[in-house]
Amino acid sequence: MALSAADRAAVRALWRKLGSNVGIYTTEALERTFASFPATKTYFPHFDLSPGSAQVKAHGKKVADALTLAVAHLDDLPGALSALSDLHALQLRVDPVNFKFLGHCLLVTLARHYPGDFGPAMHASLDKFLSHVSAALASSYRWTPGGVAGPQPPLPRAPESQ
Amino acid sequence: MVHFSAEEKAAITGLWGKVHVEEAGGEALGRLLVVYPWTQRFFDNFGNLSSASAIMGNPKVKAHGKKVLTSFGEAIKNMDNLKGSLAKLSELHCDKLHVDPENFRLLGNVLVIILASHFGKEFTPEVQAAWQKLVAGVATALAHKYH
Repeated sequence: MALSAADRAAVRALWRKLGSNVGIYTTEALERTFASFPATKTYFPHFDLSPGSAQVKAHGKKVADALTLAVAHLDDLPGALSALSDLHALQLRVDPVNFKFLGHCLLVTLARHYPGDFGPAMHASLDKFLSHVSAALASSYRWTPGGVAGPQPPLPRAPESQ
Repeated sequence: MVHFSAEEKAAITGLWGKVHVEEAGGEALGRLLVVYPWTQRFFDNFGNLSSASAIMGNPKVKAHGKKVLTSFGEAIKNMDNLKGSLAKLSELHCDKLHVDPENFRLLGNVLVIILASHFGKEFTPEVQAAWQKLVAGVATALAHKYH
């Protein structure tokens, strides 16, 4: 499911169209995520999550910047997002299932605001892009004994049959 | 059992009354087949599914989409008893059609996205939340009789 040239072109074109409004849509996507998938709120006990919250807006901006970074590095998402992956894995420790919920709500938000641009092919390209972003964010999540980048111990051998 | 508040029911039935079932059904099934191509596995006899435009224009996709969404409409009439009202369909999808219930979740989310694109401003986060609850309830009910 690698991103094709057509996928990349579609995502870049849409991002150009969104221009400086990306933060508005990521903020709305966050609001939708909290409303539809209430368990996601457990990661934000320290936030005011009421409509129009300045904290949610600020967080939406962070998400927007990260996605814009991703769009600028479609050829190397794991590399571009490796620091964010470490952050989510090691400090924030957000279960990766939540990336799917936010991704879905971002698609809902974009479909709501840009129905004319959200045909099936664009929908497919965006969905693929967001799943690649999720996968890149989840890439630091498992650690090996001896440290994050340590060598794997050998697997135990099955006993030799007599 | 899923319980819907009066507000949630209103959010769902209010929108559903304005949905063009035939058109929306075709669009939902079509997008499922485009965005998640592996779902085409159930539709080998549907003819040309070779491109997004072929899929969206395919008459069998449209007809089947209408059938699926009509059943969805029946489920909405029985929101307080989704498991009961969808029991027979659940058996069918398991025993005859052999459909992985994950596909019900995928279709439910595609439907939510289509509603967002059709209803725009009206599809507020609260309305979306009611619909997410419904599509999750339908997916669970359709999977309930699996064995």
